[in-house]
Amino acid sequence: MSAAPAGRLELVRSLKTNTDARRLFACLVGGLVLALMTGPSGSASAPTSGFTGSILNPRVFGFLGFGAAIWLLMTVRHRFGDRIRAASDRVQASPRRLLPDRRLRYGIYAVVLAIAIVYPMHLSGFWQEVLVDQVGVYVLLAVGLNVVVGYAGLLDLGYIAFYAIGAYSAAYWTGALPIHPFVHLNPFWAIPFAILAATIAGVILGAPTLRLRGDYLAIVTLGFGEIIQIVATNLTGVTGGAQGVIGIPHFSIHLFGIRYAWGINNLPYYYLLLGFVVVVLVLFRSLENSRVGRFWTAIREDEVAAEASGINVLKYKVMAFAIGASTSGFAGMLTASKIAFVEPGDFTVQLSILILVLVIFGGMGSLPGAVVGAAVLQWAPWYLREHPILGFQQQDIYIYLGALLVVMMIFRPEGMIPSRRRRREIGLAEHGVGHADALSGTGPGPVA
Amino acid sequence: MSTTVAPEPSVALADGDAIVEVADVSLSFGGVTSLAGVSLGQRRGEILAVIGPNGAGKTSLFNCLTGVYTPQAGSIVFHDAKGHDTQVIGRKAHVVNRLGIARTFQTSRLFNALTAFENVKIGVESRQHTGPVGAMLRLPRTRREERESDARSSALLDFVGLHARANEVASSLPYGDRRRLEIARALGTVPELLLLDEPAAGTNPSEKVDLAALIRRVNADMGVSVLLIEHDMRLVMSLAHRIIVLNFGRVIAAGSPEEIQRNPAVIEAYLGSTGGEGETSGGAADAGGRPDAGGDTRGEEP
Repeated sequence: MSAAPAGRLELVRSLKTNTDARRLFACLVGGLVLALMTGPSGSASAPTSGFTGSILNPRVFGFLGFGAAIWLLMTVRHRFGDRIRAASDRVQASPRRLLPDRRLRYGIYAVVLAIAIVYPMHLSGFWQEVLVDQVGVYVLLAVGLNVVVGYAGLLDLGYIAFYAIGAYSAAYWTGALPIHPFVHLNPFWAIPFAILAATIAGVILGAPTLRLRGDYLAIVTLGFGEIIQIVATNLTGVTGGAQGVIGIPHFSIHLFGIRYAWGINNLPYYYLLLGFVVVVLVLFRSLENSRVGRFWTAIREDEVAAEASGINVLKYKVMAFAIGASTSGFAGMLTASKIAFVEPGDFTVQLSILILVLVIFGGMGSLPGAVVGAAVLQWAPWYLREHPILGFQQQDIYIYLGALLVVMMIFRPEGMIPSRRRRREIGLAEHGVGHADALSGTGPGPVA
Repeated sequence: MSTTVAPEPSVALADGDAIVEVADVSLSFGGVTSLAGVSLGQRRGEILAVIGPNGAGKTSLFNCLTGVYTPQAGSIVFHDAKGHDTQVIGRKAHVVNRLGIARTFQTSRLFNALTAFENVKIGVESRQHTGPVGAMLRLPRTRREERESDARSSALLDFVGLHARANEVASSLPYGDRRRLEIARALGTVPELLLLDEPAAGTNPSEKVDLAALIRRVNADMGVSVLLIEHDMRLVMSLAHRIIVLNFGRVIAAGSPEEIQRNPAVIEAYLGSTGGEGETSGGAADAGGRPDAGGDTRGEEP
C-alpha cells in the first residue's frame, strides 16, 4: 500500500461518512453533467467537440459554481432549517405581527413597482419585447389561472381557449375578421366585449362540467381547448382559417384633445400592460380576502362541509372558472391588438399547460406567487439563451425548466411564494390530514 | 320555493308543533338497507337524541335530513318558523342548510387551513350577498357585510368559548375545541334545527361536561332545536328531552329518557341484556372514526 491509494481511500471514506462532503460531490458532478448537457452538440466529423466545447470552456465554472451554490443552500437548510422554520413560525404566530408586516408588504410592493417602472427604460428593444410579449401577458394569464387553480382548486387544461376567444373577439370588434360587426370599435372599447365573451364562454363551459370532479374536469377542459383551436382553424369564413387574421389595430386614444397611439414600440405597451396588471392584482387581492375568496378555500378544502355550511358549491366554482376565463380573454385581447395578428396555431394545449406550470411554480393560490412564477419562468429561457457565457440551446430550455419543476416539487411543493393557506394545507397533508393538491379531486367519500 | 306537503301522520309525534317530520323514509345502497321505513318527528325547541348500535342508520338518517343522501322512499318535511312547510328530500345540501337545518359531522370536517375565526365567518357569510364584483371593488355593502360578519363571528366564538383561539389554525385545535368550532360554524348559518353527529366522540370527560352545557345553551338561549346522535349514554340521558332508538334501520322505541332506559327492546338491542341504567356503552370511545352505514358491528352481544 503506497501513500496515494491511502489518500484516495481517505477521500472515499470521507465521502461515505460525511454527508456534507457527499452532497458537495454530488452537486459538483451534477453541475458538470449540466455543463456537458447544455453545451454544443458533437457531430460526426468531430465527435468530441461537444465534450471539449462544454468542459474545456470557462462556462464550466459557471455550472460548478451553480452546483456549489445548490450545495450551500442544501447545507444551510439541513443544518439550520428547523431553526429558521421555528423562527418564521414564531414571527407568524406573534399577535403583534400584523402592523409591521403590512407596512413591510406595502414597502415591498412599492419597491417592486418602482423597479418595474424604471428598469425597462434602460433595456434594449429586444428585451422590452420579451417583457411585453413573454412576461407581461403571461403574468396576466397566470394571475387569472391562479383564481381557477389556486383559489378554487379546479384543474383547467383548456385555459388558453378563453385567450383565443378574447383574441378573436378583439379581431371581430375592431373589424379585422371576415365577418364585421355593425360598428368598428377602438381596441379600448373592445376590451369589455372581449372580457364579456370570454366570461360567457367560461359560464357556458363551466356550468355543466364543473359538476364533474378532478380528472374529468381536466379532460373536458382539455377537449374544449382543442375544440376552440380546431374551430378557429376550420371556420375559415368567420375566423380567417389557418392563415389567421391580420390588421387588428393598435390601441389608441382620441379623447378630449389627447391623441396617442400605441404603435410598434414595446415600451408604451409595457406600461399599458403594467397598468392593467396592477389593476387586476388589486381587484383579485380584495377578492381573495372577501367572502368569495374564503368560500373558494372552503370548497377546495372540503366540498361536503362547504355545502353543509350553505355554500352553493357549483355557483362558486363556475364563478371562479368564469373570472379566470375573463382574465384569459383580456390577455388574449391585449395580445391580439399588440401584435396585430391572430392565428389558431397560437392556441395550443402546451400553452395551457405552460401557464399552469407558471402558477404551480410560483405558488398556487398566491398572487405574488403567480406574478413571480410567470416573470421568472418566462424571463429565464430568454436570459439563458442570450447569456454570453451560459448560452443555453433554445430547443433544450424546456428540458431544464421541466427538471427545475421536478426538483421544485420535491423540495418546495408549495411553490416559490406560497399563500399562507396553501402552505398550511401542504403541511397538513404531510401529517396525513386532507390532501395537499386540491386538484386530485378525491370526491366527497363516505359522509361520516 | 317551498312546497306545501300534507303532513304525514308521524308515529312519534302527536301534537302539531313539529319542526321536522320524517315519514316512512327508506334508504338502501344496492342490496344493503340502511333505513327501512323510518318515521319520527321532532318538536320545535326540543333536544331529541337518536341512539342505536353502530350500523343502525343514524348517520344515514342525518344525511337524508341534510340533503346529502336522497332516500328512495318517504318524506321529510321541515316546518320553518315562518310557517312554510318544505320537502327536504331531493334538495341539495346547501339548499337544505338555507332552509334552516345545519349540521356537524361525525368526524369533524373543519376547513383545516383556515383559522377558527375564518371557519365561523364562512358559516356566517353563507347568508350574505356580496358577489364577485362587490368583493373586487369593495363596495359599501361589501364593507358593511364584512363588519357584520366579523362581529357575528366573534360573538359566536365567544358563545362557544373559543374567543382566545380565534386566530389559531383549525387543524391545530384540540379535539374538544374542534367540536365546538364546528358547532359555531353551523350556528353561523342561523339554523332553526341543529343536527349534531356524535359531538362528544373522542372528547375527554371534562370536555364532555362543557359540551353538554354548550348544547343546552344552544337550545335554551338561542332557541335552536337540536337533533343529536350520541353514543355516550350518560350525556344522552342528561341532555335529551326525548330519545328515539334505531336498530337495523327501524325505529324500535321512542320516549323520554326514563322510558327508554326501561324499554326491554332497547335493552335487548343496545344496552345489552344485563341492562345497566345510565351505563356508558363500551363502544362509545372508538365509535368516532367508524362510518355508521357499514353495519360492521351491532353493539355488544350478551
